[in-house]
This record gives sequence, C-alpha cells and structure tokens, in this order.
Amino acid sequence: MAHEGYSDSMTDFSQVPDARGHFGSYGGRFVAETLMEPLRQLEEAYFRLRSDPAFCAELDRDLAHYVGRPSPLYPATRLTQAWNGAEIYLKREDLNHTGAHKINNTVGQALLAKHLGKTRLIAETGAGQHGVATATVAARLGLACVVYMGVDDVQRQSPNVYRMKLLGAEVVPVSSGTRTLKDALNEALRDWVAHVDDTYYVMGTAAGPHPYPLLVRDFNAVVGREVVQQSQTLLGRFPDALVACVGGGSNAIGLFHPFLPHAQVAMYGVEAGGLGLKTGRHAAPLSVGRPGVLHGNRTYLMADRNGQILGTHSISAGLDYPGVGPEHAWLKDLGRVRYVAVTDRDALAAFHELTRTEGIIPALESAHALAYAKKLAPKLGRDKTMVVNLSGRGDKDIFSIARREGIALT
Amino acid sequence: MKAGDGRRETGGGKNSRLSMTFARLRAQGRTGLIPYITAGDPHPRHTVALMHALVEGGADLVELGVPFSDPMADGPVIQRACERALAHDTHLRQVLDQVAQFRRRDPHTPVILMGYLNPIETMGLGDFARRARDSGVDGVLIVDLAAEEAPELTPALKAEGLDCIFLLAPTSTVPRIRLIAGESSGYLYYVSLKGVTGARTLDVASVKSRLAEVRACTELPIAVGFGVRDAKTAAALGRMADAVVVGSALVSEIEKFKSRPAVLPRKLSAKLRSMRNALDSLPASRLASPDSRPLTPVPRSL
Repeated sequence: MAHEGYSDSMTDFSQVPDARGHFGSYGGRFVAETLMEPLRQLEEAYFRLRSDPAFCAELDRDLAHYVGRPSPLYPATRLTQAWNGAEIYLKREDLNHTGAHKINNTVGQALLAKHLGKTRLIAETGAGQHGVATATVAARLGLACVVYMGVDDVQRQSPNVYRMKLLGAEVVPVSSGTRTLKDALNEALRDWVAHVDDTYYVMGTAAGPHPYPLLVRDFNAVVGREVVQQSQTLLGRFPDALVACVGGGSNAIGLFHPFLPHAQVAMYGVEAGGLGLKTGRHAAPLSVGRPGVLHGNRTYLMADRNGQILGTHSISAGLDYPGVGPEHAWLKDLGRVRYVAVTDRDALAAFHELTRTEGIIPALESAHALAYAKKLAPKLGRDKTMVVNLSGRGDKDIFSIARREGIALT
Repeated sequence: MKAGDGRRETGGGKNSRLSMTFARLRAQGRTGLIPYITAGDPHPRHTVALMHALVEGGADLVELGVPFSDPMADGPVIQRACERALAHDTHLRQVLDQVAQFRRRDPHTPVILMGYLNPIETMGLGDFARRARDSGVDGVLIVDLAAEEAPELTPALKAEGLDCIFLLAPTSTVPRIRLIAGESSGYLYYVSLKGVTGARTLDVASVKSRLAEVRACTELPIAVGFGVRDAKTAAALGRMADAVVVGSALVSEIEKFKSRPAVLPRKLSAKLRSMRNALDSLPASRLASPDSRPLTPVPRSL
C-alpha cells in the first residue's frame, strides 16, 4: 500500500545524512567548540569500524549471545481478532536483555568506546531503559558509568534507578530546568565537555550532534533488518504498515530505516499526545512543533515564541522530550512517514489491553504505538498486515501505573 | 545573502567600536577586560545599571548573556542566572531594549551578545541583526553555532555590521583553528579549559602553549575566558591574552547579593576593579617578551 501523500521514488535514503550530518535541512552539529573535535574523532572511528569485519563480527556475536537476538516477530492473533482489522505482528524488542531496544545501541556504542580506549561511560536517561542498558554494558566491560536522570524521572522510574545502582552505575539526579530528559541531556553534555579525554558519551536516542543520529540509527536498524527477513519468511512479503512510538525516535528509525526505499510499506510514528495536543501538555514536536536547534541538532522542537524550550508532558518518561531525531524531521517533511499522536489515556488503555489479551506487559512508550495501531487496524482492513514495534517491556511502569490507578503496592 | 555569491561581509570592520577598542588596547600595551553578566539577572530592571557599573569597574567591553532555557555549555552558576532572568521574562527582545538603553549613556563601550542559537533563529536572523544593530550591539557570540554551520547563518548578521565571535577550545586542532579564525571577526574567544563556564581547573601553562598555536593562525585579538575567578587568575592569563573574560565570578556575586540589588553595582564594580588593577600592573613590556605575541604579525605559512 502506498502511503497517502508519499510517491517520491527518487529519494536515495542511503545517502543521508550527508558528510556534515545533515538530513535535508535537519541534523548537523550545533555544539560548543570543545566537543567538535571529539565528535569528529567519533565519526572517524565509527566510519572505520563499521566496515571492519572483525568489529562487525564482534557486534553480531554480542547481539546474538548477550542481547538475545533475533527478537521474535510475533503474530498477535487475539489482538488481531479484538481489533477486527489488519493482522497484527509484534516485534518483540521487550524480550531483549534489559527489556528494551535500547541495548542494541549501547552494545554497539560500548564497542566503539572500547576501540577508542575510553574508560568511563556517561549517559542521559528518561524512562531509565537507556540508563540501565548503558550501566549493563559498562558492567560487562568493567567501565565506570555515570547516568544523568531528571529528578522527576528518578521518582516515577524508581525500579530502573535501583537496577542501575545494582549494576554499579552512579545515578545523578538532575534538578535544573524541567527536571526531565532534556535537562539530563544538558547535564550529560556538560559532563562530557569536562571529561572529554577519558569519557565516552553514550547518547540514548537518534538525536544530538552528528554522528549520533547516524550511529544510533545504524545500531538499531538490526530491528528493521530482522523484520525484513521475518516478514518474508512468515508472510512471503513485506508488511503493509509499520507502527512505532517516537520520543527521540531510536526504536522507530531502527524499524523504519531498512524499509524506507520500499514505498509500498506505510510508516507511522506515534508521539506522546499527553493530555491532548490542544492542551499544550504533551510531547509531540513533530505534530505541533516547529524547526529549531537544541542539543546539537536542528530538528522539530517544542519551543515558545521567544525560542525557549517548553516543558513537556507525557505519562511515559521515555517520550517526555521536546525534540526528536533529525531524520524523523526530514522524513516528516518528505512525507515518507506519517507522524501522529495519542493521549496518555489511550496509551494506558492499550497497556491494559495488550496485557490482558496477549499476556504481554508493554512499556508505556510502546503502548503509544499500540494505541495508534488499534485505530489504524480497522482502517487498513483484514487483508493487510501491520508490524508494531513493541520497543520495551512494562515492568518498570507497573509502580507508577498502580499509583495512578489508586492501587497500593507494599 | 548566501556565502560564496561574491560579496563577503566582514562584520564591524576596521572602524567599529570593537576594532577601535582592541587597537587602543594594543597601542597602550594593556590587556582588555571583558566582563560577562546574564541579562535580566537578578531582575531585568537592574541590567542597564549593572552594565554601567561594569564599565566604571574597568570593563573595555561588555558581554551580555541572552537567557536560554537550555544553556548546555554553561555551569550551574550561569544556569541559575538564566533561570532567574527567564522567571522575569527576559528574552532576546528585552535584552535588545536593555542594550539600547545602555547606549543612551554609553556610546563607546562595545557590547557583545552571548547566547544560544534557538532564540536568535526564532526572531529570525535578519530581523535580529537589524534590531541588534539599531540597539547598538557590536557583535554576537553564539555558543552552539559551530564554524561548519556558520557560512549559512552568519552572513545575515555580518551584513548588518555585526561581528561574529567564535570560541576556540583546548581540543581545537590547527585546521579547526584556521577554519574558525576564517569565520570570526572582532576577536576570538579562547576557552581556557575543558569544561563548562565557571569550572575550576584552569591550567595556565597549557593555555600559554595553545595560544602560541592560535597566534600562528590568526591576527585577530584573542580573549581568554572560562575559569577566571579572581585578580590572580586574571593576571596570569592577562600576560598572554589580548583580553580576559570574567563571567561566573561576577554572576556568583550577583547571586550572592540578589536580595539586595541596591549594592550590586558597587559590588560588581569593586570585583572588576581588582582584576583591572591586576591587569594594569602587568609590565607593559610583556608584549615584547619572547613568549608573547610580537607586535608584527607572525607569518601565516608554517
């Protein structure tokens, strides 16, 4: 099925980003001068290593035996029945080691750090999944690890905070600004500037200055490559639609990227609609934001008329971010991917529905993708197939959901 | 205007306030003193008075910070200054008004705006440049604008006669120093340490050797900042730089006395004066000493 509004078969998706890290007018490298040379060194190392057979073999081994790849493409038959439309397949990233797609990226970046001779990993985290995934690879490689996390997120994601500490990481609560993911990212960048000689910054999403959007995409694209193969085996063809949640957008770009040249595959990125787009209390820069510069790249942002970055709201800490990866900004303008938003309430309903219907507790982030898939399924119709990226498992969320629903856990 | 269309603007040019200031300093054999404060801190109604106080304390030019919600290159002191300023709605347009007001009493002291790209782009580069020029702004230092991205953005600023000042860092390689110097006008700002503003790990010896490399690449005046907290560090850097920038030390003073704003002009002036005196007591002959910049430009070929 061709996506409505998208008919450009001339775009060469393998040619972005360009040499300066630009996806069309987005991306780039907007950081203080101190970080420019370290970023150039990282880019150089990555370009060298990604065509190095030994590096690729090491990465493949880690993905198979440590992460547990490939993850299944699961036909959700009861959900398909319940939604009365397209056949639903779930890409089970929740089954990865540490419970989310984030580990695909941290395993790759940790290998880069090792090859660069760095001894200390730092990371920002929102929901804590990326922090846990970074602390995990740091423990495995015997590297020091510091994770920055907004004070508000430390509270709503306490199980992950404890996990990181168990893994030997230091978790630094960030109380500046809006005390969420964007502020954690500021703090991680400040740490990196000050410790640039021995420290590797493990960026958690496909945003930030070049080459991060590129390398985070590449490390997560294993998800999409597996779906390419699995759909051929299971269906004998590509799925008709892909659905993934978008905060920074790493799980979505990982699923989408290998399918971009195939115009018959429609793609939907689902942002956090929070209390509703009209309330202003959401985290949906692609849906209602406009282009600007933050955290090292040009992309769609939520900012006020003075250019100050706005506070965001989402039930899901992992989507609570005012920017988005620059490749998504480009794909939006291109019309190749359609970006939509679902509310906290719909995401929470989808969380419960998947749990009861399939016996899978999804992360609240992934529940946003499910909530949109539910709307899309009947529109697509029964003869179509849809892959939803189940980017993470929901164990981390059960405490905050219980609190929200007035259930006391002892 | 696009880069490479044959017309290349150079910012303020030779007769600008900025160029004349550095020419005068050079002729006098003095090291310039550049204080930084965040506009709107502790409250926008004090900013203009504080700027005048800085000049009275011996400032040769003033760097005025444009508050931003996400100042990722700044340490906690300036982050908090931004939060205080934003709590009273000090945004780019208010900052420009403050500069215009400052200019009514002080037509001489150059004013440089220091900030982040997003508020400027939100106003629109051309719109900002015209308003800045009309307000009496002399130059702009955009912290998160790397030299690689500059050719598409700075022509709009330079076309209105604004100088574009860029940062150099301890990590800048010689090819990068050349690239950055090529994009800069007015002066270059050498970040003396790997870290955010207000850090405490200044290594004077390494600054000295790096500055020699920078001098070999450019004839632009060089200001050194980040980590200058008192008269002693100012004097140590003043021996090798054309100007010394002091920011967090002043902003800390503002934070300390924020509930007694009436004393702030005096406090800031005194703090700056101690640095001014330290710089002025440096031997004037330092410019001729072998480890400093010679008066004649170093040949560019290496």
